[in-house]
Amino acid sequence: MPLSLLIFVLALLPLPLMVWQSSQGPDPGKALVLLSGLWAIRLLIITLALTPIKRWLGFIAVLRYRRMMGLYVWFYASLHLVTVLTYLLGWSWAVFLEEFSERPYMALGITAWLLLLPLGLTSNRWMMKKLGRRWKRLHRLVYVIAILACGHFIWLIRSDYAEALVYALLMLVLLLSRLPARTRSLLISE
Amino acid sequence: MLIKNKADFSSADITPESIYLRRREFIGASLIGSAALMTGTNARADAELARLNFKKTTRDTSGGFSTDEALTPYDDVKRYNNFYEFGMDKGDPEKYAGGLTTMPWSVAMEGEIAKPGNYPLEDILSWVDLEERIYRLRCVEAWSMVIPWVGFSLAALIKKVQPTSKANYVQFVTLERPAEMPGQRSRFSTIDWPYVEGLRMDEAMHPLTLLAVGVYGRVLPNQNGAPLRLVVPWKYGFKSIKSIVKIRFLEKQPPTTWQQLAPSEYGFYANVNPQVDHPRWSQKSERRLPTTLFSPNRIPTQRFNGYAEQVAGLYKGMDLSRYY
Repeated sequence: MPLSLLIFVLALLPLPLMVWQSSQGPDPGKALVLLSGLWAIRLLIITLALTPIKRWLGFIAVLRYRRMMGLYVWFYASLHLVTVLTYLLGWSWAVFLEEFSERPYMALGITAWLLLLPLGLTSNRWMMKKLGRRWKRLHRLVYVIAILACGHFIWLIRSDYAEALVYALLMLVLLLSRLPARTRSLLISE
Repeated sequence: MLIKNKADFSSADITPESIYLRRREFIGASLIGSAALMTGTNARADAELARLNFKKTTRDTSGGFSTDEALTPYDDVKRYNNFYEFGMDKGDPEKYAGGLTTMPWSVAMEGEIAKPGNYPLEDILSWVDLEERIYRLRCVEAWSMVIPWVGFSLAALIKKVQPTSKANYVQFVTLERPAEMPGQRSRFSTIDWPYVEGLRMDEAMHPLTLLAVGVYGRVLPNQNGAPLRLVVPWKYGFKSIKSIVKIRFLEKQPPTTWQQLAPSEYGFYANVNPQVDHPRWSQKSERRLPTTLFSPNRIPTQRFNGYAEQVAGLYKGMDLSRYY
C-alpha cells in the first residue's frame, strides 16, 4: 500500500537527518545521543496522538499506522541507548553500572527502554491473538513509558526548560484525553 | 602536532622565506589588528577578524603556559560554544552573537582597590603586553578543547588598580544587554542575568590566569566572549566568564551564577577534578574535540586539568570533595 510506505519512509527520515545534523559540529557522538533521544520522544507523542485523533476526528485509518509508529519509538529509543553506550559510556560495564545506580535520570531512561521491549516483541498479529485481552493490558505500559521518558528528559536540563516543557505538556494532554470522560470533567471543574 | 624542543628556538620560530618577503603586509595587518582592537570591532560572522600583535608562544610546556597537544581547529572553537546569553544550543552563539556591539567597551573596576574607575578597554590594553598561551579547556559537560589564546595575565591588571588588604575575592560580571543578547530575553531560562563569576585573590593573581582578547592570533569572535574574557585553565569552562564589563574586589566570597542555580552541582571553586563527579554525570573522562562518529576520542580527565603542578598548592589542606 503506497500510503503506509510513505509513512514508513517519513518516519525513517529523522535518521539520515540526525546523522547529517550531528556531522555539522565537532562533537557528533554527543549530538547523535541528543537527537535520537529527542526523536524517540517525538515519535512517542505521535504514537500516543493517533488514538485521540481517531476519537476526535473520526479518522479511523490512523490506527492502521499505530503499530508502525510504536515500533519506530522502539527503534529510536534503541538507537539512543546504543549511542549513549558508545559515545558517553565507551561500552564499559563498570561505568554503566555506576551511572545506572548513581544517576536517577539514567535509571528512568533504561527502565523506559526495558518496558518498551515487551511492547515491541508483542507488536505482531500472532502475539496479539495469543495474548488476547491481556495484550491490551500489557500495552497500557506505554503510559508508564511516556511518564518515565518525560522525567528522563526534564531531569537532564541545565537551565532552559522551554523545549522539554512543550513535550511534557503535549504528553500530559494526550494522557489526560485517555481518562474516562467523568474523571476528566471532575479534574477540570475543580 | 608534537613539537618537543629544548632549544632556545624551534623550527616554528624561523620565518619561512616566502613569508619573510611579504613581511610588510604582515606588519601592516598587525597594526590594523591592534588598531581594530583598540577602537573595538563589530565582528561580522562573514568578515575575517583582525590580526593581533602579540608575543608568540614558544610551545615550551614547562610552567603550563603552553602544551604540545593537537590544537582544536579554529572553526570548531568558533562554532561550538556555551554562551547562554545567545541561546542554549552550542551553535546559537555563533549564529546570534554577530550583532553584539563591542565598541566602545569599558570595564568598571570597583570595591577594595585604590584606583577604582571605569576604564576604557584601550587604556587597559596600553598597560599590558599581549602574549599567546595554549591552554586545555575542560567544560563541566565532559568535553574539552586545546585553544591558543592571546591575552595578558589578570595579575598585571590587578596590580595596576592596587587592591587593598581587604580584597580577598574578585568578582566578574558579564554584559547584560537583552536587546543584543537573545538568550537574556528567554522567559524559560532560570538564569538570573547578568552572569557573574568569582575567584579567590590568590587564584586571580596566579600567573596562569589569563584575560584573553584574542584566539588563533585574531581578535576574539563575539561568540567566544569578545572583547575581553577570563581564561582559568584548571577550572571548568563556566568559570572563564565572557564579555566582562565589571570587575569587583570584595572582602567576602561573591555568589556565582551556576552555584546559585544548582549549588549541589556547581561549586565556587569548580576545579577540574576526575574524583568528584557532577551529580548527573561522571567527570572521570572527557571527549577531546573534535571527535567523529568513528573515533569518540575519550581521554581520562586530569586533576586540575593537568595543571596540578602549578596550582595544587593553592588548595593545600582543603577537602576538594567538599569545596568542589
